[in-house]
Amino acid sequence: MNAAAWNRAFARAWLVLGYAFLYVPIVALVVYSFNDSPVANLWRGFTLKWYVALASDQELLAGLALSLQVALSTACAAIVLGTLAAFAMTRYRRFFGSTLFAGMIAAPLVMPEVIIGLSLLLMLVSLQRATEAAFGFGFPERGMLTIWLGHLLLGMAYATVVVRARLQTLNPQLEEAAMDLGARPWQVFWLVTLPMIGQALLSAFLLTFTLSLDDVVLSAFLSGPGATTMPLVIFSRARLGLNPSVNAVATIIIAIVAVGVVVASFIMARGERRRAEDIAAANRALTESTP
Amino acid sequence: MKRPAGLAWLRGRSAVIGVPYAWLLVFFLLPFLVVAKISVSEMETTTISDIVTWKDGAIAFNVKFGNYLLLLSDDLYFKTYVSSLKYAAVTTLLCLVIGYPFAYFMARTRRTVQPALLMLVMLPFWTSFLLRVYAWKALLTEHGLIADAIEAVGFDRLLAAAGLIPGPGQLMNTPFSLVLGMTYTYLPFMILPLYSNLAKMDLRLLEAASDLGATAWTAFWTVTVPLSRAGIIAGTMLVFIPCVGEYVIPELLGGPQTQMIGRTLWDEFFSNNDWPMACSVAVAMILLVIVPIAVFSRYQAEATERAT
Repeated sequence: MNAAAWNRAFARAWLVLGYAFLYVPIVALVVYSFNDSPVANLWRGFTLKWYVALASDQELLAGLALSLQVALSTACAAIVLGTLAAFAMTRYRRFFGSTLFAGMIAAPLVMPEVIIGLSLLLMLVSLQRATEAAFGFGFPERGMLTIWLGHLLLGMAYATVVVRARLQTLNPQLEEAAMDLGARPWQVFWLVTLPMIGQALLSAFLLTFTLSLDDVVLSAFLSGPGATTMPLVIFSRARLGLNPSVNAVATIIIAIVAVGVVVASFIMARGERRRAEDIAAANRALTESTP
Repeated sequence: MKRPAGLAWLRGRSAVIGVPYAWLLVFFLLPFLVVAKISVSEMETTTISDIVTWKDGAIAFNVKFGNYLLLLSDDLYFKTYVSSLKYAAVTTLLCLVIGYPFAYFMARTRRTVQPALLMLVMLPFWTSFLLRVYAWKALLTEHGLIADAIEAVGFDRLLAAAGLIPGPGQLMNTPFSLVLGMTYTYLPFMILPLYSNLAKMDLRLLEAASDLGATAWTAFWTVTVPLSRAGIIAGTMLVFIPCVGEYVIPELLGGPQTQMIGRTLWDEFFSNNDWPMACSVAVAMILLVIVPIAVFSRYQAEATERAT
């Protein structure tokens, strides 16, 4: 073999090993969910009993219901706030305190979650005590609302990054052309900008939804009595040791995600092509009409 | 951009900036001030003392730095900080060593397969992080798949000799399992920024280097690596900063000898119910990560500037 062939073989081996590293745990989770043994790492034949047991696992099902509600409301609010923030950062760029603004968007992406959870909780507790002293009832109670606030903080930062990346690639002349033709600013947004960033909004929605559905640390700090999300249930079981019910849940989640991601990327790729053609056509029309 | 005359524009602009800005100030910045305040307060049975009180017509300050003094003087806290930084640094280094060639080879494969390869890196993101960490627990306990493989090749003896595990065959709840879990979890965060940087690189620069007589190896170190600096910085920060305060992975895969600061904060808050102490730990942790976060934020802003 010559040097180039060696290089290619090395590159291929590195990629294969890397993907194996990323996927072995996931495959193992799925395989052991069908294991007919309470000791999760000894194989003793195929079974579906852990899946049957899930159907009557009230603790987990209640957690799932709460998690889905929180995730849905987090994703909806996060794309609204994230789009606003992304607009502020790409369209206005320099404004009073824009550095602080950019910092506050970037920080939640990397800030250890224990810090975010602790500080948000203590702020909300202070608020609750203040309202209790002033009005006689404490607001907000720890529960779904406070978990939602925490997840929204994280989700908004991610949504901003996704939408901003999309806004940067847009040709501002398209919006200007619409304005020149007499469209009001909100019409420009609904009719021109929004269709062009629709894909990004969908990815931001899915990303914040999964982030919220997966979060342990923020939920642990911000949840109250009776508000236990699914990851908290899973975490408390995983802490105690191996538990086949966790594998069964994992397999269901992985199946949903795999199907969802494949379908979504298929739809997105198709939509993206059509949208790119539309945008290109609009750009052509623009250049032709400008003398 | 053209500005239509009138107040409508102004209203639109201030709403677009003002709403997310106000939201972040209230729910992101204000909480840190609350934490800073509580960290210098005292715990009074169930409530926390006010640091500023009005007594006999005079303002009395009641600021306690006892928690910070304890942080500095108590060996245990200091060691925990150092070991958190150590584990985060080792994890970051491992991610870079595995992730850089990975991203490089990804970016140099045929254009048509790259979207599929990228998707395969992102897919684990979408499956629960908690469940993937849990999966390692099963793989590394006795008779787990990976544990058996490691023992079969005798790698565990090497790890034991290096002091990363207490003895051959004991892989779980050790520095080894902790670093393995963190590397596994954060590897995609290293690969993605590196890939997007390397995929955009102008390959003609490498041709120019080789025309000027550079070997592939020299060209890699003097052209490719310096040009991918932005990707390296982003990836390093995305791995290092969250790792310093990681809680879930040390809790599930770490052991008694792998204390990390995120766990200390958690225990102070949830087990000891010592809010001021938990806040002091948090403030000290913020001081540790504030500089890397500033670097990261600067880099993000620069990337925005370049793209527009």
